[in-house]
Amino acid sequence: MSIPTNLRYTNSHEWVRKEPDNTLNIGITDHAQSALGDVVFLELPAAGRVVVAGEEVAVIESVKAASGIYAPVAGEIIESNTGLTDAPDTINNDPYGAWLFKIKPTNLDDIDALLDAAAYTKIADAE
Amino acid sequence: MAKQTPLYATHVAAGAKIVDFAGWDMPIHYGSQLEEHKSVRQDAGMFDVSHMLPVDISGAGAFAFLQRLLANDVARLKEPGKALYSCMLREDGGILDDLIVYGFATDDYRIVVNAGTADKDVAWMRAQAAKMPGGGNVTITARRDLAIIAVQGPQAQAKVWAALPGTEAVSASLKYFQAARMGELMVCNTGYTGEAGYELIFPAPRAAEIWDALVAAGVKPIGLGARDTLRLEAGMNLYGSDMDESVTPLESGLAWTVDFADPARDFIGRQALEAAPPSRSLVGLLLEDRGVLRSHMAVFTPHGAGETTSGSFAPSMNASIAFARVPVAVAVGDTVEVDVRGKRLKARVVKTPFVRKGKVLI
Repeated sequence: MSIPTNLRYTNSHEWVRKEPDNTLNIGITDHAQSALGDVVFLELPAAGRVVVAGEEVAVIESVKAASGIYAPVAGEIIESNTGLTDAPDTINNDPYGAWLFKIKPTNLDDIDALLDAAAYTKIADAE
Repeated sequence: MAKQTPLYATHVAAGAKIVDFAGWDMPIHYGSQLEEHKSVRQDAGMFDVSHMLPVDISGAGAFAFLQRLLANDVARLKEPGKALYSCMLREDGGILDDLIVYGFATDDYRIVVNAGTADKDVAWMRAQAAKMPGGGNVTITARRDLAIIAVQGPQAQAKVWAALPGTEAVSASLKYFQAARMGELMVCNTGYTGEAGYELIFPAPRAAEIWDALVAAGVKPIGLGARDTLRLEAGMNLYGSDMDESVTPLESGLAWTVDFADPARDFIGRQALEAAPPSRSLVGLLLEDRGVLRSHMAVFTPHGAGETTSGSFAPSMNASIAFARVPVAVAVGDTVEVDVRGKRLKARVVKTPFVRKGKVLI
């Protein structure tokens, strides 16, 4: 199970990557894609949507079930990775490359409150 | 403690993800459910279905007993080994289980029932036999000493023949829904995927040896996840999801399995089915908007509300399909709406099966 140390994580199995322009790319972890099984459908948020931390902003449907994807921090959605909708299996094959959407955070410092790799590893191992 | 089939260790060694299914530890997939689905549609795959239970019905009264017990008529089984799909009903017409009965002679039948209902089924069979004169003159034998492997796909039959010497000679001339016995190995031309193939029933100690021989012949292990999407595409009901004791076969797309032809045949549930015409039916849905249908979603039709009973992404169709129980006036071609996580999406009522022998029919 891959859990890169340069990312931040949530209890709900999203990863968060801070980009050079201080935006945040969000995806789901290797652990999450493995638990979901083959991803077959995605519902991604529209650009411009303002979200609060913990708000459901996307849905991933696997062969098994639908799973909500939550905004890790407050901010504005500035882009969704719409290319993924035609190749949703990218999420299974490359979970840390397959970002779902990009948030411009209201407070960049909010990411400091997210889990680091060590803390997330404990959560993933406990499941 | 969940029950395990004779192939449990084999599944674990093959990397299966194990889940609980009806009290059994069963493989849900061995890596990718989508790949497994494709293997069955395009080549050959196999399922361990040893959690299902063969029940042998023998004795001079077997034929009369089964004519009473089952909604379909075993009088249709004229050639040795012929098989019949049937429901077993309560007096009120509710479905206790759906099953396949194989007939070798009027005193020699084998029934295969679902895992989750197996104990209840055997108890029901014994109770019904006990009510008949002379205990029905039948012997009912639950065969937990047997294992079952279903091999399915366009290459399944050839690969079974290659893996298991002697099977070609006994099975090449079998019709669909017919079985042959080769010693203690029963080769059944039946399945739950809409593809060609065999279901093999044999003594449990041989399970690993037969499984390994099939792997060596190029048959891929397939989990219960793909089994569900394959059967849904094939338009086949799943007991416990699409039907249970609260509904009748006439409300479950299974009128074709209820044989009223012989007016003298007093099968259990007949009076109830004849007394009240069904108000609901089970139909196929094809989602026309983007999304994925699941079970227990509300369905809105011009004739009233309904509910999906099974739903999934259909890998062979790259679309989402479902079964739904709806008012009987809803017809093929109608457009309905389904509540998919708070949004009303459009779906079309379609004829099932959705897929048969690798071809999308919708």
